[in-house]
Amino acid sequence: MLIKRKQFIQIGSLATASLLLPKFMKAFELPRMVPPGNKVLVVLQLSGGNDGLNTVIPVRNDIYYKSRPKLGIQKDSALMVTDEVGLNPALTAFKGLYDEGSLGIMNGVGYPNPDRSHFRSMDIWHSASNSSEFVNSGWIGRYLDAQCSGCDKPTQALEIDDVLSLALKGDKMNGIAMKDPRRLYNTSHEKYYKDLLAQHKNEDGDQTVDYLYKTMAETLSSADYIFEQSKLHPTSATYPTTGLGQSLKTIASLVLSDINTKVYYVSLGSFDTHVAQEGQQKRLFTELNDAVKAFTDDLKGNNRFQDVLLMTFSEFGRRVNQNFSGGTDHGTANNMFFIGGGLKQKGIINPMPDLSDLQEGDLKYQVDFKNVYATVLNNWLKADDQKILGRPFDHLSFI
Amino acid sequence: MSVSNQQRNKHLLWRAGFGPAAEELQQVTTASHKTYYKALLNASSKTPAYIDVADDYLKGLVMGIDEIGQMEKRQLTEDQKKQLREKSRDGLKNLNLAWLGQMINSDQQLREKMSLFWHGHFSTRTINIFFQQQLLDITRRNALGNFGTMLREVSKSASMLNFLNNNQNRKGHPNENFAREVMELFTLGRGNYTEDDIKESARAFTGWGAAVNGDFVFRQNLHDADDKSFLGKSGNFNGDDILDIILEKKQTAIFITQKIYRYFVNEQADPDKIEWLADRFYLSNYHIEGLMTDIFTSDWFYSEKNIGAKIKSPIELIVGIRRMLPMQIQNEESQLLLQRLLGQVLFYPPNVAGWPGGKNWIDSSTLMMRLRIPQLIYAGDKFQVKPKDDDDQMMGRMDKNEAASIPNVNRKGNANNKPPVQQIMASIDWKAYLKQFEAVPRENLVAAVSGMVLQTFKGVDQSLLNNYTDASGRESFIKTATIQLMSTPEYQLC
Repeated sequence: MLIKRKQFIQIGSLATASLLLPKFMKAFELPRMVPPGNKVLVVLQLSGGNDGLNTVIPVRNDIYYKSRPKLGIQKDSALMVTDEVGLNPALTAFKGLYDEGSLGIMNGVGYPNPDRSHFRSMDIWHSASNSSEFVNSGWIGRYLDAQCSGCDKPTQALEIDDVLSLALKGDKMNGIAMKDPRRLYNTSHEKYYKDLLAQHKNEDGDQTVDYLYKTMAETLSSADYIFEQSKLHPTSATYPTTGLGQSLKTIASLVLSDINTKVYYVSLGSFDTHVAQEGQQKRLFTELNDAVKAFTDDLKGNNRFQDVLLMTFSEFGRRVNQNFSGGTDHGTANNMFFIGGGLKQKGIINPMPDLSDLQEGDLKYQVDFKNVYATVLNNWLKADDQKILGRPFDHLSFI
Repeated sequence: MSVSNQQRNKHLLWRAGFGPAAEELQQVTTASHKTYYKALLNASSKTPAYIDVADDYLKGLVMGIDEIGQMEKRQLTEDQKKQLREKSRDGLKNLNLAWLGQMINSDQQLREKMSLFWHGHFSTRTINIFFQQQLLDITRRNALGNFGTMLREVSKSASMLNFLNNNQNRKGHPNENFAREVMELFTLGRGNYTEDDIKESARAFTGWGAAVNGDFVFRQNLHDADDKSFLGKSGNFNGDDILDIILEKKQTAIFITQKIYRYFVNEQADPDKIEWLADRFYLSNYHIEGLMTDIFTSDWFYSEKNIGAKIKSPIELIVGIRRMLPMQIQNEESQLLLQRLLGQVLFYPPNVAGWPGGKNWIDSSTLMMRLRIPQLIYAGDKFQVKPKDDDDQMMGRMDKNEAASIPNVNRKGNANNKPPVQQIMASIDWKAYLKQFEAVPRENLVAAVSGMVLQTFKGVDQSLLNNYTDASGRESFIKTATIQLMSTPEYQLC
């Protein structure tokens, strides 16, 4: 006979969950609703190292075509945004956003002494560290530390995934990862867990076991809260059935609710196009394009587009030269997209990469990504960027 | 609260190994911890066999190149390189499972536990199966031996030299990566050397490289033979001299002892104990077994504050369950999926600093997954959780996620945003485990099971457990109580 643990509690209101929280948690159970107009950041990670040069294409640059005789995208097929620059043909919605002034493109974003390992470079982007440092917390996690000190639900930062990224792990608090509010609710809502929580007596705040129970309490409490919120104003718009489409639909439904979430995090990949790049990038860009189109249309329709900043990044760009397998290998600096109704700088924000001034075949970075983070934290999320990043970085003016 | 004999022995077995095995639960209550430690040490005295899971085709490829003297990898054809990558990637999964099997079944518990520690200390990411096998062999052979010997062997291993770019470190164009990490992470620790020391020692390591078959090569023509000054000494140093100078520094013994103390005893370092241990470690010329004996035979190791105070790593958790509950797993690869979901995949540490450990293992997703695992094993529940892709591992290929998915179920994760349906197809052999409780009266069963399964002093509320156990029979009661106890936050601790 199997253990009967699948006895879900059917009522999942905030109040019910809070009754089951251990005493030490309850003191912090305060509603922290965010008023409409709440500024929201959506970070879209293009995992695997997206080829920036075939994303934002320097269509009048001979070096580009010489370096990429096969892979170079011709001017005729690019979606022209200026005389010099075209977008990847699959990014039709991005062209539309560009034309209406809702897209900013930052070129040459990177960091000194770039690392070409996916994992390590992603580490550096997530932790906002120098390439010679090893930091075990992420920039959004540390934002959460500052934002949510003493709060009971770390829902200010949510990742739409089954596994939490380093970016959302703080020194004290961790964000929540979930693919779907209902699934999170169902898996965390086992009566056994609630009973365990109720019987646990916190004796000494320093004990490791208390830390585990605290994480468990936060998870259960967050699962309730997110699920309740997701049912308030579920979006009625149609989204693509792709992974990213459904993730952005989940985000939209939460943005339209009263949830206190300030940062959403979602990934798309793999952009690691060593082989047969054209097809792979096209497939991923089509998924990206259609999902972003549905998302931005939805936000506009609900009059929330001015409150949302969607930002893309990748752990590195790719080498300027194509390789022998119809692909490109790991490179360095890359471009970032900023999408939203509240941009202060639109279009091509800074010069295109200088292909005549390379470092061993790779682009030199013009902008440190930590300046981008500092800007977003300060100007958009109104947070203390210096405290979160551990040192001051000049602010840019795109937002 | 006094510490019972059983608690002491279990504490020793969890820290100096991967927890008690089903068949030793009885002797855990009777033997003294000193006897137990001696037995552990004896069992680990033999040199372990090389774990070799590499594909014959790959061996042919690498040997073939060796014979005709083409030493550089770039002389493989594109197709051969691709084969090497793809077959290596599969090979690493087999290597992972083979080593995991040693941790579960081997009597050399202390050696394998130490090897896991060194695996995180001398941490590399390379997809080459031969390089990984070689490095694993170095750490397993030297796990309890001399730290200096291990450091020298690791420093000349293909895995480390490639990972830290020493193949690109040449006279006039130094690459400082290896020189920096060898001091920062492997020996002295931050703040005990200068940037100049890094620059100078990098010059000494010029010319150190590895052949495609993994052999160390010293390329004289790339070596910078001029004088260097390093940590207050000057001379025409080569790489070996640099390692010797580093080992002469007592700070190396202190740094390693600190790390070992925090891994094996308590995350909260105790400076007095560390000083005493490091003194003796240094005087013994870095004899690792001696250091571990100092720890595991001391009284303070068994003090209350050190017991049940550590969060198990994902590997400790998985191996620990499998030791206590012997089982057949039809789809062994499902253990790779668990490693990915919990954040510790053998041979894929996050970076050269290894796994940070401690509270870093825990977030809402990993904790809830940990709590589900015993039930997933016991009841064979299907689940849908997708781990993150690791692009270094996949080299741009789609993640087929073949790990634990059930045949004939839709495997396409991306198409409809639903991860594949997964299952751990395990059957537990309860015989040895149940036998340990034969003499226990019914009313004492919960306490007895709890005493075996948990390391925390305060157990889980008994009446609560009674609500979630199957009391229809004695055996089913023990089984369900065990699974429920393993599904608690307390079980995450050792």
